[in-house]
Amino acid sequence: MADTAVGATTEPEHGSDPSRRDFIHIAAIAAAAGGAATLVWPFIDQMNPSADTRALASTEFDLTKVAEGQQVTIKWRGKPLFVRNRTQAEIAKAVADDNVNLPDPQKDADRVKPGKANWLIVGGNCTHLGCVPTFGGGEYGGWFCPCHGSVYDTSGRIRKGPAPTNLVVPEYAFLTDTKVKIG
Amino acid sequence: MLRKLSVIAAAAGLLVAGAASPAFAAGGAMHAKDVQWSFEGPFGKFDQAQLQRGFKVYREVCSACHSLKLVAFRNLGDKGGPFYNEKYPNSNDNPWVKAVAKDYEIADIDGETGDAIKRPATSADRFPAPFPNEAAARAGNGGALPPDMSLLAKAREAGPDYIYSLLVGYVDPPKGLTVPTGGHYNPYFPGDLTSAWHGDHKNVPKGGFIAMAAPLKADLVTFDDGTKSTLDQQAKDVSAFLMWAAEPKLEERKQTGFAVLIYLVLLSGLLYASYKTVWRNESH
Amino acid sequence: MSGHSTYQPKTGFERWLDARLPIIRLGYDSFVDYPTPRNLNYWWTFGGILSLCLASQLITGIILVMHYTPSAAGAFASVEHIMRDVNYGWLIRYMHSNGASMFFIAVYIHMLRGLYYGSYKAPREVLWLLGCVIYLLMMATAFMGYVLPWGQMSFHGAVVITNLFGALPLVGESITTWLWGGFAVDNPTLNRFFSLHYLLPFMIAGVVILHVWALHVVGQNNPTGVEPKSKADTVPFTPYATVKDGFAMSVFLILFAFFVFYMPNALGHADNYIEANPLVTPSHIVPEWYFLPFYAILRAVPDKLMGVLAMFGAIACLFALPWLDTSKVRSMRYRPTAKIYFVFFLVACCILGVCGAKLPDDPVIPHLTTFQLMGSDLNSYVWLSRVASLYYFAFFLVVMPVLGLVEKTLPVPDSIASPALSADANKG
Repeated sequence: MADTAVGATTEPEHGSDPSRRDFIHIAAIAAAAGGAATLVWPFIDQMNPSADTRALASTEFDLTKVAEGQQVTIKWRGKPLFVRNRTQAEIAKAVADDNVNLPDPQKDADRVKPGKANWLIVGGNCTHLGCVPTFGGGEYGGWFCPCHGSVYDTSGRIRKGPAPTNLVVPEYAFLTDTKVKIG
Repeated sequence: MLRKLSVIAAAAGLLVAGAASPAFAAGGAMHAKDVQWSFEGPFGKFDQAQLQRGFKVYREVCSACHSLKLVAFRNLGDKGGPFYNEKYPNSNDNPWVKAVAKDYEIADIDGETGDAIKRPATSADRFPAPFPNEAAARAGNGGALPPDMSLLAKAREAGPDYIYSLLVGYVDPPKGLTVPTGGHYNPYFPGDLTSAWHGDHKNVPKGGFIAMAAPLKADLVTFDDGTKSTLDQQAKDVSAFLMWAAEPKLEERKQTGFAVLIYLVLLSGLLYASYKTVWRNESH
Repeated sequence: MSGHSTYQPKTGFERWLDARLPIIRLGYDSFVDYPTPRNLNYWWTFGGILSLCLASQLITGIILVMHYTPSAAGAFASVEHIMRDVNYGWLIRYMHSNGASMFFIAVYIHMLRGLYYGSYKAPREVLWLLGCVIYLLMMATAFMGYVLPWGQMSFHGAVVITNLFGALPLVGESITTWLWGGFAVDNPTLNRFFSLHYLLPFMIAGVVILHVWALHVVGQNNPTGVEPKSKADTVPFTPYATVKDGFAMSVFLILFAFFVFYMPNALGHADNYIEANPLVTPSHIVPEWYFLPFYAILRAVPDKLMGVLAMFGAIACLFALPWLDTSKVRSMRYRPTAKIYFVFFLVACCILGVCGAKLPDDPVIPHLTTFQLMGSDLNSYVWLSRVASLYYFAFFLVVMPVLGLVEKTLPVPDSIASPALSADANKG
C-alpha cells in the first residue's frame, strides 16, 4: 500500500497543491493501517484465558484434610500445588537454615503466614523447567526434582541443582483457621 | 443500462428478503406482539432494573422446570448483566452474585471419600438444572420437555416478542376446539389445529396446544423495587432477562459496532478522495 | 498482456534476491505494473472484495478452531463457550458466520458480472472454469461449516443434503452410509465434515492462485469486451486499480459490519440455536439463503433422482457456458436482445430463491385455488419454481446457443479509449 501513495503522487500532475494530494493518500493509508492494527487485537486477545477459565482462578481448600507431617497435592490453575502440614522438626530445620548461604535467600517466616508456620503452601512445579518434585528426596529433607536433580529444603527453598529460585508461594489467605482461599 | 439493471437487482433482492420471511403451515400462529425493548436499536442497552426483576421471575417461577445451563452465576455480575456493579469489575467478587450462587446446590464428588455430594454453588458454577436428565424432566412434566432457557430468546422467531406474547397470550379455547388432556390453547404457540377443530374448516384458529399451563399471574412475584407486579410486567421483564441470557454481549456488540461503522465511513471517505485524486487526470 | 517485465531492482538486496527468487518481480508485475483496462467499472472490484472475504474467513476460521470441540456431545456447547466466554469470541464467530453470506453475495455479483460482460468467452474459458471450481468448493465448504454448530438446522440440513446421494441408483445407499460413517448423521459425520471444512478453504486458496494466474495470462475483460490494443487503453494496476478496489472494499465492509454488529442472526435460522435432536425435525427446514435457488430446482422436479440431477445440472450449465454461447460479440452492452434475456435470468434466479424458502404447496397468490396439475395446484410455489427452473435451463441451453446466431448486435467500438472519450463528451 505504501507504494500506492508514492507512485500516485510522483507522477507529474497539474492543478491542485501536491502537498494536499499527498496528505489525502497518507491519511487514507494511515486510517486503513490503524483499522487493521486495531482488528488484530481481538485476534490476539482470544488466545488469553477465557472468562470461565479466569473464574476458576481462585479456589478454597479445607485444611482439616491434611494431618501433621502430611502433604496434599491439589490442582490449581491446571498445575499442582503442595499443601504441607509441617512437623515442628521440619520448621526448626528450615528456620535454622535461614542464614546459610542460600542461592535465593529468603527467611522461612516470609514463606508462611504469621502464626501458621506449620502450613507451607507452595507451587508444585520445579522452578527449573516445570517438573513436579517429590517429597522426601535429596539431603535437605524437602523435595527432589527427578528431571534435573534440583534439591529443595523443608521450606521449599532451592539448595542445590539447576533451579534458579525457590518454589513459588502463591497468593493466599486464611479465611478461617482451617480454610484457605488460594488465588 | 447497468444502472437500471442494478436497480432491478436491488428491487428483486428486497422482494426476496420480504418474501422469504417466516412461512408457517396452514393455521400457523399469531404474529408476536411488537414490544418496545430498551435493548432495541443501534444504541440499545439492557435495563438493569428490568433484568433484576426478570431474574426474580425466572428464579421463582420458571426455574422450577426450565434449566439455564449455559449461564454461570458470575455472568449475572458481568457488564450489562442484572447485578453488574462498577465496584466489582471481576464479577466473581460481586457480593450479589455470591449471595445468589450460595442458594443453589451443585452435585459434586467429595475429593476424599469419592461420594456424590451436594455443595453450595460458587460464582464460577453454571445454573444447575431442575431435573437430573431429560427423561426425568419429561416424566415430571407429563411427557413434555421444558426447553433450556439459555438461548430461548434466540431460538424462536421474534425472540423476546414471542416469549412475551406467549406468556400473556393464554386465552380460553374457541368453541369447537377439542383441547387434549395436558394441552393448553395458546394462539401464539406454533402448531396446526386442523385435526382438533370442528368448526368451519376454512377458519381454523391460529395457534397450538402447549403443555405448559399459564405460568404467570398478577402478584405471583413481589418485585424488590416496588414495581407493580402485573402479568404484563412479569412477562416483559422475564422476556428481557431471557434476551440477556441468550445474548449477554449485546451491549458490547452494539457499542463496538457504532465505533466500527463510524470508522468505516470515514475510511471510505478518505479512500474515495484518494481514488478521485489518483484518477483525476485519467478519462475512464 | 503480461508482456515482458519492467521491474528494476533498486537496492543491492533486491538485485541479490531477484537473481535467486524473483518474488518481488512477480509481485511487481502482477500487482503494480500490471496493465489494467482503464474503463473497468465498480462491478470489477468484486475480485478484490472476494480475496478480502477469503482472507477474513480463513483467519476467523482458524481462530474458531482454537476453541471449538468437534464432537456431537461438545460442539453446541463449545460454540456457546466461544460466544460467551472467549475474549471477543462473539465478534469472531459472528464475523465468520456472516462472512460466509458476504462471501456468497460477492461471488454471485462477480459471476453475474462475468456473465453479463462475456468474461467466459475465448480466451478466458479456463479462467471461468477455475472460477466455477472455486464456486463449487465454496458451496461444499459453506454446507459443511453450517453443520459444525450442531444445531437443529445444522443436523437436519446435513440429513437432507446427504440423503440426496441416496437418489443415485444401485450405489446410493452405500454412498450415504459411507458419507455418514454410520447409519445416520452422527459423531463420525460431524468429525469428517470438520476435517473437510478445514481442508477445503486451503484448496480454494490454491485454485484462487490458479484463477489469478490465468487472469494475468489473458488479461482482464472490460465493459466493452474489446481487448486493449495500446497503452492508451490501460492504466497500471497500482495505484489506479488498487485505490479503487480499496474504496470498494471499504464500502463493502460497511455492509459486512452492519450485519455483524446489528443483525448478526438475520441471515441464519432461529432453530440453529436449539441443539441437534435426531428425533425431532424443525417444522420448516430451509437451507441458507445462498443455496435457495438450487434447493427450489431440486424440489421442482417430482422424481427424487431427476431432482438431484437437475440441481447438479444447474451448476453444470455454468461449466459449459463458454461453449454454449455462440455470440461473436463479448459484452452484452452491445447485445440488446441478450440483455433482456439476462434481466429475465436475474428475475428467475430471484424467484427460485423465494420458492426455495417457501413450502412447495403454499399458494403464491393467497386464498386462490385454480386447478391441479401433476398433483399440485397451479397457484403454488412448486409450479412457480418449475416455470423459473425451466427458464434457468433454457437461458443456458437454448438462448445462449441460438441467440448468438440470430441476434442483431450494436456496433462494437474499435478500442477501449474511443467510447470512453465519446461517453465523456456526451456527459458534458
